[in-house]
Amino acid sequence: MADQINKIEPDGNPEIGEEKVHVFEAWCKKCGICVAFCPTGALTSDANGLPLLTYPEKCTQCGMCELRCPDFAIAVRPREKKEPKIVTTGESQ
Amino acid sequence: MPIFSEMTHKYLRAKKKFPNVWCSGCGIGTVMGAIIRAIDHLHLSRDEVVMISGIGCSSRMPVYVDFNTLHTTHGRPLAFATGVKLAKPNLKVIIVTGDGDALAIGGNHFIHACRRNIDLTTILINNSTYGMTGGQVAPTTPFMKIGTTAPYGNRERGFDISKLAMAAGAPFVARGTVYHVVQLQKLVEQAILKKGFSLVEVISQCHTLYGRLNKEGGPVEMMKWQRDHAIPISAAGKVPAEKLKDKFFTGVLWDIDFPEYCEEYDKVIALAQSLAEGEGVRVKGKERE
Ligand SMILES: Cc1ncc(C[n+]2csc(CCOP(=O)(O)OP(=O)(O)O)c2C)c(N)n1
Ligand code: SF4
Ligand code: SF4
Ligand code: SF4
Repeated sequence: MADQINKIEPDGNPEIGEEKVHVFEAWCKKCGICVAFCPTGALTSDANGLPLLTYPEKCTQCGMCELRCPDFAIAVRPREKKEPKIVTTGESQ
Repeated sequence: MPIFSEMTHKYLRAKKKFPNVWCSGCGIGTVMGAIIRAIDHLHLSRDEVVMISGIGCSSRMPVYVDFNTLHTTHGRPLAFATGVKLAKPNLKVIIVTGDGDALAIGGNHFIHACRRNIDLTTILINNSTYGMTGGQVAPTTPFMKIGTTAPYGNRERGFDISKLAMAAGAPFVARGTVYHVVQLQKLVEQAILKKGFSLVEVISQCHTLYGRLNKEGGPVEMMKWQRDHAIPISAAGKVPAEKLKDKFFTGVLWDIDFPEYCEEYDKVIALAQSLAEGEGVRVKGKERE
């Protein structure tokens, strides 16, 4: 538990790792809300009710699990931003 | 898309108080997230915001957030908030209150804050019961629902909070749910931006007490109920009356303009001072005596 809490850096930023969805085990109360309302069915609960990203390929990184979690215990990695198109107007300023 | 967690954790007193005290699946934490994201989206600094609550499960919220916070006495957050706002009108004052806190012991403060129209943002978390003290009937418990003080069914009707606020004079009244969390954030933002007294009623789940006593299931079932019974106000008039039975409207229900109290009070000060100056001249010269 202490480990998990220490994952919140002093500047307030949690480490969310490389996976699309990260669960902070120490804060998760295993309520099942994230799993029940995931629009793609990407999450399942383990035997204790802890959410697992069982089907990462299904996860669209929509963020709904994170928004509905009452415990700030699940974080979704944002989708990679597409490279912005370079628009050249031909004018120099 | 922002990294929600990174943003949210910035506003949490993360090292002190987590995991929070609320029951697993309680809606209050979700409301807290929506409020934090609303504040972040409006680019308000932590120092500009004051979060004030009374007593109750919902009223625990200020403990967890790194704003200016006041955790006051049961039923009184609006009284404290009125004082803070009058003293420091530039601060954004957000009240987080339960239905018991706001409407039973604090009912008088509530109607008069609506009537006075001071620029406060009230987030009223309606879980239809007294959560903290054990599931007693609250002024919002619907007719015939069970509470620990009404084991044979509540024989009173619950308040329609939004109508009460409108009738009492609140210029901005909205309703959201924990399930509709994206809409909730937008409603909170609109309420914060509104000049005047604004109310956002949030339908939330207390499955531990109300849900269990009324056999409404756990947090997931209660949130499905919210999903299935909320009708956007934009659909009002389009939905046939029989389909509205047991349903409730969500969205901005009422938005009018009325002079705001702090601004009016500034005018009172200016007027009184200008009159006093005139008076001062007269007093000096004692012409009037
Ligand atoms: C003056 C006073 N009277 C009664 C109480 C006991 N009390 C504490 S919380 C509460 C009701 C809480 O219900 P609500 O405001 O709906 O909040 P919830 O816990 O449901 O979020 C009561 C009656 C108190 N703390 N102080
Ligand atoms: S919603 Fe949050 S607390 Fe509930 S199971 Fe999911 S991660 Fe855990
Ligand atoms: S981000 Fe969306 S799709 Fe991915 S697990 Fe969460 S709710 Fe499901
Ligand atoms: S008692 Fe009810 S309102 Fe209080 S924390 Fe538990 S579920 Fe939430």
